[in-house]
Amino acid sequence: MGNSTFHLASITKKVIMALVGLFLVMFLLVHLGLNFTVLILEGDREIFNKAAHFMGTNLIVKIVEVGLFGFLIVHIIVGIVLQLQNWGARPKRYKKRATTQLSFFSRYMIHTGALIFIFLIIHFSDFYFKAKFTDLVPLITYDGKEYHDLGLLTLQKFKMGGFVIGYIIAFILLGFHLNHAFQSAFQSMGWNHSRYMPFIKKVGLVISILIPLGFTIIPLVIYFSEAYSV
Amino acid sequence: MNITLEIWRQKDAKSKGKFVIYKLNDVSEEMSFLEMLDFLNNTLISKGESPVAFDHDCREGICGSCGLYINGWAHGPAHLTTTCELRMTKFKDGDKITIEPWRSKAFPVIKDLIVDRSVFDKIMQAGGFISANSGAAPEANSIPIPKDNADAAFDAAVCIGCGACVAACKNSSAMLFVSAKISQFALLPQGKTEAKERARKMVAKMDEVGFGNCTNTGSCETRCPKGLKLTHIAKMNREFITAKIVAEKST
Repeated sequence: MGNSTFHLASITKKVIMALVGLFLVMFLLVHLGLNFTVLILEGDREIFNKAAHFMGTNLIVKIVEVGLFGFLIVHIIVGIVLQLQNWGARPKRYKKRATTQLSFFSRYMIHTGALIFIFLIIHFSDFYFKAKFTDLVPLITYDGKEYHDLGLLTLQKFKMGGFVIGYIIAFILLGFHLNHAFQSAFQSMGWNHSRYMPFIKKVGLVISILIPLGFTIIPLVIYFSEAYSV
Repeated sequence: MNITLEIWRQKDAKSKGKFVIYKLNDVSEEMSFLEMLDFLNNTLISKGESPVAFDHDCREGICGSCGLYINGWAHGPAHLTTTCELRMTKFKDGDKITIEPWRSKAFPVIKDLIVDRSVFDKIMQAGGFISANSGAAPEANSIPIPKDNADAAFDAAVCIGCGACVAACKNSSAMLFVSAKISQFALLPQGKTEAKERARKMVAKMDEVGFGNCTNTGSCETRCPKGLKLTHIAKMNREFITAKIVAEKST
């Protein structure tokens, strides 16, 4: 994929980034919705664990999951290719540089992206890979059927101060990334319209605040509340 | 006023080049920036040194020749002005002014502050025109054009091809220039016939000559002396995407 990606037209690459990025935003919203159910303690985290089980076993979800991983990889590869070309387009840098721009965080997409990727590796090895490929996740029985107790694993992680801080930092970075990404995706697809763009920019801003806020409220509640002692 | 200039000197395209410091006294604040450079060059010539080479022509902001990167700004610190329109009133006594050429792989330095921007011509040759039969000019009012479209096309056509968008962009991307040229034709009936093909060909040439990709940062918009907007880039993207989608299979 690498070499042929270099030869795609610049706008084609941008459109790929936009479409895939917007899909990943949708996934974030679904993931966030599921995460909130971990705060429901009744029935030994039954809703969260059953939801996680559904996401891990349902055929349609599994097909979408393959697409999700594929899209994530495409987003990363195309993003890196774009960045390499952009760095290469100015071999000799300016000595003195004053910066102005309309979108500040666009300057740091590769950096925030790389740090989010590191978070994803840790995240996958903590939860996803552990549940898929190892027996390290404790089991719990509801109505005579065994489930992975990912809820317990989550609560344990969110009681660890260092993990919570790292988690919050990762989502602040994601917020920075989304702050540019959402409105930029519409611009890349050519949907910059005098009537709709101000609204799209506002939605982008709200999303870049609410998604990280939603994700980080959960560990904060768990960390500081006695109710979630495990 | 007395100023210190730090100027990029490069003998020719193959030389390495370096910054040279010049002290310049008795600069009048009524001088334009280019007159200040003329003044510097006169003093250099009288001392038997080689003058600083810089591009200029009309000196009234319409030819697009005079791009300089001044103290970190494309065309200097003033807004909506070209380098030639910049006045020394923007500077004060004792200032150090760093002057660099546009930096881009696609704009190689020819000498000192002059860069080769002929790739812009290549992009125009790829599709920045309309095909028309020769002969007498047709009656201008025979094709009705909505006023809004005519105005919007003119807003795009004000691009003077100076290259400040490329110089200011962190990715050295030429998308604002190319999109202005695509927009100015795409908005008019005469340009519609070849609109899709034009977008495809001009973008292909832009990519080929080594400009970077657009990250929608918007530095170009903030530094364009003619106030061109990112909406042109969105328009170009729309033209390009539809061109790609509707294009027949090539035989």
